[in-house]
This record gives sequence, structure tokens and C-alpha cells, in this order.
Amino acid sequence: MATTLEEKQYLVRFRCDTESHLTVLDHDVCATKCPDKDCTIFCPADVYKWEGDRMFVGFEGCHECGSCRIGCPFQNIKWEYPKGGHGIVFRLA
Amino acid sequence: MPEKFDVIVVGAGPAGTSCAYTAAKNGLNVLLIERGEFPGAKNVMGGILYRKQMEEIIPEFWKEAPLERPVVEQRFWFLDKESMVTTSYKGLEWGREPFNNFTVLRAKFDKWFASKAVEQGVTLINETVVTECIVEDGIVVGVRTDRPDGDVYADVVVLADGVNSLLAKSLGFHKEWKPEEVALTVMEVMKLPKKTINERFNVSDDQGVSVEIFGDSTQGALGTAFLYTNKDSINIGVGTTLSSMIKKKMKPYQLLEYVKNHPMIQPYIEGAETLEYLAHLIPEGGYNSIPKLVGDGVIVTGDAAQLVNAIHREGSNMAMYSGKLAAETILKAKELGEFSERVLDSYRTGIYDSFIGKDLKKYKDATHTFEEHPQYFEEYVPLINRAMNTMFTVDGTAKWDKQKKIMQSFTAGRGKLGVAKDLYRAWKVVK
Repeated sequence: MATTLEEKQYLVRFRCDTESHLTVLDHDVCATKCPDKDCTIFCPADVYKWEGDRMFVGFEGCHECGSCRIGCPFQNIKWEYPKGGHGIVFRLA
Repeated sequence: MPEKFDVIVVGAGPAGTSCAYTAAKNGLNVLLIERGEFPGAKNVMGGILYRKQMEEIIPEFWKEAPLERPVVEQRFWFLDKESMVTTSYKGLEWGREPFNNFTVLRAKFDKWFASKAVEQGVTLINETVVTECIVEDGIVVGVRTDRPDGDVYADVVVLADGVNSLLAKSLGFHKEWKPEEVALTVMEVMKLPKKTINERFNVSDDQGVSVEIFGDSTQGALGTAFLYTNKDSINIGVGTTLSSMIKKKMKPYQLLEYVKNHPMIQPYIEGAETLEYLAHLIPEGGYNSIPKLVGDGVIVTGDAAQLVNAIHREGSNMAMYSGKLAAETILKAKELGEFSERVLDSYRTGIYDSFIGKDLKKYKDATHTFEEHPQYFEEYVPLINRAMNTMFTVDGTAKWDKQKKIMQSFTAGRGKLGVAKDLYRAWKVVK
């Protein structure tokens, strides 16, 4: 049974692009205006990790759900679809 | 490939494929563009597909489509920490033709459905992102894709690009969704032998069960968890509005672990092996969030149009209905030789006059109300559990005294007037 996120993500197929489809527009906004950094909590794949002075974006494990674009209180995330055929590939549901 | 089509459909999910299938079947030249490796590769739902709207597109589809089980029992659990109050309906007629609904695995189902559209003459191209609509003099005349020389033209572009419809947004049909207009849902497909599923859910091989779980399954947040039986796997998931998830600082996959380990739920998945983990947004803004549906040369369908009834977990059926209606509208427009907003507007009125418009109107304030008043999930579900416990535990207390105690437990927190108001408010938004 997959209990940790790492175990869950390991079961998913990703066809990764070399470029990120997710961009944090201004890391200073995260640093100075956003004490809670909600995206690091609600992202279902822990794509976002705060590194003290900038936001790390692990786009490779993104499920393309769109929550970060909608949930960022400062509209500070540029969200595009990965290039055609790239990104997550669901096999089942 | 001809440069111009009658119709370009963006997205090969239930809405897009229904539209493409219907249009091509009636002689139109249709291009269906899918960004995934194959139709279904990006598509997620809990797993319930209703028969009615699909059958209107492909009669007796159940004889051929990759389905899991027809659902014969719908259970509803109101969960506390270590108890639950339940209600359910089981009807064997749902296990026979014409059926009511089926569990499905979308990657398989969507792939099959798109292949049926291709049989009707639809040109399907996968692995292609539509980056923008091509607009000339305010009229949508085609789409730009991420392929080299990727501009394609059509009389009408149908947006069936799902909950993250960047295209409808860029046309100004709606603003960015608010966190309370979408539900973030995560789920796992868990492998379990057919025989074990049958025993645990008290069904035979060709009977399925759906379980909707309220209360402690979302730790009181506005949302639900679910268990759906496939042939030899179970879909287990949980979702809440994104706003609740943010407010309660919940990690969705941890909430899912909480659900999987809940003592009322865990025995159903004991020994099951996770096959896949999936996250997706469900558009749950309802009636008031439906965007502009039609413009000159463009129609918006399915999740992109927020056509989801969250109370009754209907979505893919509404997507199919909207896709089919879009195709029928375009066929009429083709006869008139005009694809203006004025002519295509019969799609909008058709949606609002159908069960979709009526049902979404019926529940238009429900999500908002339950979000604003969290007591329904946070307080009343535990209270109902304790009331049952009080009433059914034989401890020498007289039943009248028990009833009194239960009534007091309900009014202790909110007062008699408060409870009356809560009841009235809940009735008003679902009546």
C-alpha cells in the first residue's frame, strides 16, 4: 500500500519535458508577502518547496490539476499546459 | 490534412468526444485535438458514468465499451471518529438493462470512446496543445497549436478543454476560478481480487457499489470521500473545495491517508495494493459560475463550462449532453450558413432549459451555503452519530430522558433558534 507521497508518485507515469510549464513569477512576493506559502501545503504532488529565499518548482511530478494557479493568493504562478504529449500520463482512472 | 474543418473540438474527454462523434456522424468534417499521449491520459474522475446521456450518443454502448461494474447500490455514510450513521439504496433493476450508471476507468473508457468517434470519420490528433484561439474581427476562426505550422481553421471551435479552460478564460468568457469554485480531489486505484470485493461489498461479479462519505472523512471540511468498486480494483478518493483545503491547511494526500486508515473504511481496502495515484480539480461553482457559453464561432462545453452537479456527483453525463447539443447546434448553423453568436445561442438556451440548467439552478446556493456555514459537516454529523449512540445504547435510562438529552445536545451549541435556522437554511438550498 502506498502511504507516502513518494510511494504514490512512483506509481504514476510522467513523460517529462526539459522545460517547466510552471513559473513562479516573482520569488520576492513569496518571501515578503506570503508567510503561509499555501502552495507548499495544498499541492497534491508537493511540486512547490520553499528554499528560504526562493520557491523550488518540481514540475516533473505535476498532476496538472491547476490548484496552484487558482490557489496562489497573489496570482504569482504562471501556469501553462506541458507541451503536447508531455507531462503526466494516467493509465487507469 | 485540410487546412479548414467544419468543427475543431479541443479536448477528447466526454464533452469533446460526444461533440466530435455527433458532428462527424452527421456528415461534418471534424478535427479533435487532444493534448495527452492518448485520449484519457489526462482525464480523471471518481468513476461514475451515467447510462442515459451516453446512450443517447451510442445506443447500447454497454455491450462494447470498457466498463467496470453497473452500480446496484448507492451508500451514504455520515462519519464520526469511530462510528457512522448510514443510509443506502440497493436495487437489482440497476444491474439489468438499461442500467443506471457504471463505474469506469477513464483512461480506458475515453480511449475507446474517441476510437468510436474516429470510426465516424473524426480526425483525431493527440499530443497537441491548443495555445490560443485565432480571433479575427472578434470572431473565433480557428486555433493555434504547439505544432510547427500549427494553425488550423474551422467554422466553429468547441472548447472542451476541461476545468482548466485557459482558452475560455483568454476569450474573456470567465475570470479565473476562485478557490471556492473548484474542488481539489485526490484518489487511488487500489487492486483487490474480484472475489474479495464481492464479499466485502456483498455483490456478485457484475454488480457494483458506490459509497459517498461525509463528515470526518474530510475532517469536517466541505467535501466528500468516496469508494467505488471496479471489477478487480477499488477507487478511493477524497476532495474538498480548494478554499477549504487552504483554510484548513490540509495536504490532500495526507487527508487521503486519513481516509484510508479510518476504522470505518480501512477494512474495505485491507490488503489492497495501490496501482495509481491521481489528482484533479472538479468545477463545483454551480449555476452562478457558468461562464459565457457561446461567442461568434465558439461554444464552451463540459467542465470548461462548470457543468457539474456536485450534490449528485453528476459531471461526465452533463459533459456528454453539452457536447452533443453543441454538435446539433453547429449542424443547424451549417444549414443556415452562419456561425455567429446569435445563431449558436440556441446552445446556451438549450443548456439552460435542459436538466443541466434546471438542476444546477436548484442547487445554486448549496456549495456556497455549506462553505459559509461549516457546522453542517463539522458539528451536525458528529451530533447525529452521538444521538444514535444515545438512543440505541441500553443503559437503564428511559427513552424519554434519552430524547431530551439528544435534543439538548443539538441545542447546546447553537440554541433552539440556531438549530431551526440551520435546518431551514439547509432545506432552502436543496429543496
